[in-house]
Amino acid sequence: MTETSSMSPQTFRLQGVSCAGCVKKIESALGRVSGVEDARVNLGDKTLVVQGSATAQACIAAVESAGYGAEAVQVNARVLRAQQREEEQAHYRQLLWRSGIALGLGVPLMIWGLVTGEMGVHNTAQQIAWGSVGLLTLAVLVFCGGHFFTGAWRAFRHHSATMDTLVALGTGTAWLFSMLVVLLPHVLPESARHVYFEASAMIIGLINLGQALEVRARGRTSAAVEKLLQLQDPNARVIRDGEEIDIPIDQVMVGDKLRVRPGEKIPVDGRVIEGESLVDEAMLTGEPLPVKKAGGDALTAGTLNKNGSLVFAAEKVGADTRLAQIIQMVKNAQSSRVPIARLADTISSIFVPSVMIIAVVAALVWYNWGPDPKIAHMLVVLTSVLIIACPCALGLATPMSVMVGVGKGAENGVLVRNGKALQQATDLDTLVVDKTGTLTEGAPKLTDIECDGDADALLQQLASLESRSEHPLAEAIVSAAREKQLSLSDVQGFEAITAHGVRAEVDGKTVLLGNRKLMQREGIDPGKWTEKAEALAEQGRTAMYAAVDGAMAGIIAVAGPIREDAQAAVARLKKLGLRIEMLTGDNRATAEAVARQLGIDHVHADLLPEDKEKIVADLQKNHAKVGMAGDGINDAPALARADVGFAIGAGTDVAIESADVTLMRSSLHGVADAVELSRATLRNIKQNLFGAFIYNTLGIPIAAGVLYPITGMLLSPVIAGAAMAFSSVTVVSNANRLRFFKPSQNGGTA
Amino acid sequence: MESVVINVLGLAAIVLTVWWFWLAPKGSRQPAAGVAEALQILVKDGVYEPDRIRIAAGKATVLKFRREDASPCAEWVLFPDLEISAQLAVDQVTEVQLPAADAGEYPFHCQMQMYRGTLIVE
Repeated sequence: MTETSSMSPQTFRLQGVSCAGCVKKIESALGRVSGVEDARVNLGDKTLVVQGSATAQACIAAVESAGYGAEAVQVNARVLRAQQREEEQAHYRQLLWRSGIALGLGVPLMIWGLVTGEMGVHNTAQQIAWGSVGLLTLAVLVFCGGHFFTGAWRAFRHHSATMDTLVALGTGTAWLFSMLVVLLPHVLPESARHVYFEASAMIIGLINLGQALEVRARGRTSAAVEKLLQLQDPNARVIRDGEEIDIPIDQVMVGDKLRVRPGEKIPVDGRVIEGESLVDEAMLTGEPLPVKKAGGDALTAGTLNKNGSLVFAAEKVGADTRLAQIIQMVKNAQSSRVPIARLADTISSIFVPSVMIIAVVAALVWYNWGPDPKIAHMLVVLTSVLIIACPCALGLATPMSVMVGVGKGAENGVLVRNGKALQQATDLDTLVVDKTGTLTEGAPKLTDIECDGDADALLQQLASLESRSEHPLAEAIVSAAREKQLSLSDVQGFEAITAHGVRAEVDGKTVLLGNRKLMQREGIDPGKWTEKAEALAEQGRTAMYAAVDGAMAGIIAVAGPIREDAQAAVARLKKLGLRIEMLTGDNRATAEAVARQLGIDHVHADLLPEDKEKIVADLQKNHAKVGMAGDGINDAPALARADVGFAIGAGTDVAIESADVTLMRSSLHGVADAVELSRATLRNIKQNLFGAFIYNTLGIPIAAGVLYPITGMLLSPVIAGAAMAFSSVTVVSNANRLRFFKPSQNGGTA
Repeated sequence: MESVVINVLGLAAIVLTVWWFWLAPKGSRQPAAGVAEALQILVKDGVYEPDRIRIAAGKATVLKFRREDASPCAEWVLFPDLEISAQLAVDQVTEVQLPAADAGEYPFHCQMQMYRGTLIVE
């Protein structure tokens, strides 16, 4: 329990609250506590939420003074998940118990039947013996399978039929018929005086066992979200009034100053105020190398502080952190549907009543035209069809695979927005890629400087000149000078000459930097430098001419360097069967040079942002399935237009909100990972659907007895129950195989 | 005689199934419940109760689901047309935020479509 006062809402779990009167008493008691701005009791889940600065202890004392009990609860996602896990475990144990008890009766009965063959009622002793067994079976139906009957009745009242309906009808019919045999054997022909108590007990036991195994397997499918939740630290060290105190993460507020020591996780999103450190962001971005963080840099909750102590200001807390958004997005995407599920959905929605009709029709056919014992055959067919036909496996086929697939993507830094995007990514045949920031580094860098004299002296003059310019390329020249620790000089008379270049006085000398037109305009002959500048342009670099005091001094070239792993990623995407097209606002020569180096055949250069969208639309008109990879903000229209938009690297809130797929790592390998993952997931879904469809389409006719002319036997309801129980387990287990998915090539540098 | 009884019972079961699950008039269903602060949708025994919820068009709404069925079927609630879903914790109230929607009927259901309900936006 915390004594810290806080403005964030505090939640308490209440004891002894049962009516609206209790609610009023507690709320009035809280109203008298100083610092309480608002107190609300939720009678449904017996919780109290207090808004204001009152301490938790004062709130609890007020509740106790009103005659009730209260305890503070930390309602964060991690705690909720832990509670849920506990519930799952309890449910799993309960199902195992139910299954154990039911099978404890059913298995000996079945063995008795198989060994002795005496399951009939022909005399009073047998009536008493089987009557006792019938009562025991009734107890099993009530205690171990009661939920199927209450569920079926409730659904029936709502004009709805569910899996419970089938189980209740199947086991109930078998028990009722058996009791009829016990109580009134003389009303049935001798050959039909057979009891099926073992079937009822076994079916209840097997279906409970199947559900228990399903609960356990399903727990594993959500492992990815649990891993993400574990990235959240439950506590944070806040600096308040100069003192450092540990508080639960829920109580951290925007603007709080927090300290993170080496080896600790960043608790909330924020910005560094003091200190320097390497931060490992691999868990969120997949970026293998730690990133250096210093004053002003952004920190993300869930990442790991490696070696220095940092003080930072909280900017986003609770559900607003990037990690919380990612968790929410993954959870949403996990429960979304893929278009391929539509068929299964349609079938599921009409399935159960249809099966009930099929079961009755099959039973009537056996009764009217089947061999003796007709009544026994009719009952076996009716029960088996009802039991085997449950469409649970069909219903689980797609959601389970999507759940694991989306989670697996999150583990690999691929955030899929929904199941639809996951499916569409499998069909892509064309990928259009924005050049800057995706194929090349976002910020241009100085690549070449050539002159007849001292290159550093020329760079110092040019950087001084460019320090006054706002041109994007100027930043590259100034940064290069800073890296070489060259001090910049004072600049006089700076002039930017539109579409030509810049001019100024640096250390008393007139320095010019610009294109060939600038030199022509100033009457300076570029001489031998023209050839060199053209050679640089052919390599995709932007070359500029430099002149000092009216004479050529040299040339300087700037370029966005190609990303280290771009070539390998492009090759991998081509291997996946994708046609790569490059989009860029750069000039054609530079763009083609980059494309040549990367092995890209199709280039669209000199584009405005709206042109990119048009190109995507044109490709779609030609029936291409187009994926678009870009940095998520200036490429937004094209990303939205594409069949699947991949927002690369930025991992910004905007990208997470808008893109179909967000790649946490700034690498095109992420697109290849996403395509491979989506193909693996869809393959898994198809396997599941095939299994479930085959199971139901073959299962029903077999249960109805189509194999009887060949085998001379009907499918036992017990076998039908086992098949039904394990069909879901098979589907969930097959979906879990996706957890072992690994991208064909790790794009990281590690 | 026995044969007639069994066949009549069988045919009656078929007719009843068709009528009750597919043809029964909507009027016999529970009337749609309006969203109030106190309204909780109980998730239990294979049904949402109430299973027809009325909300206002063009206004974001919060629905409170209370899941009392621990079976896996009830774990998620999906509003496919609104692209909204939520994982429901057992024995707890889970708030599901719905965006403003146009007038119409939007089905919601669990992953296996066993639990089914309708959101009536008007």
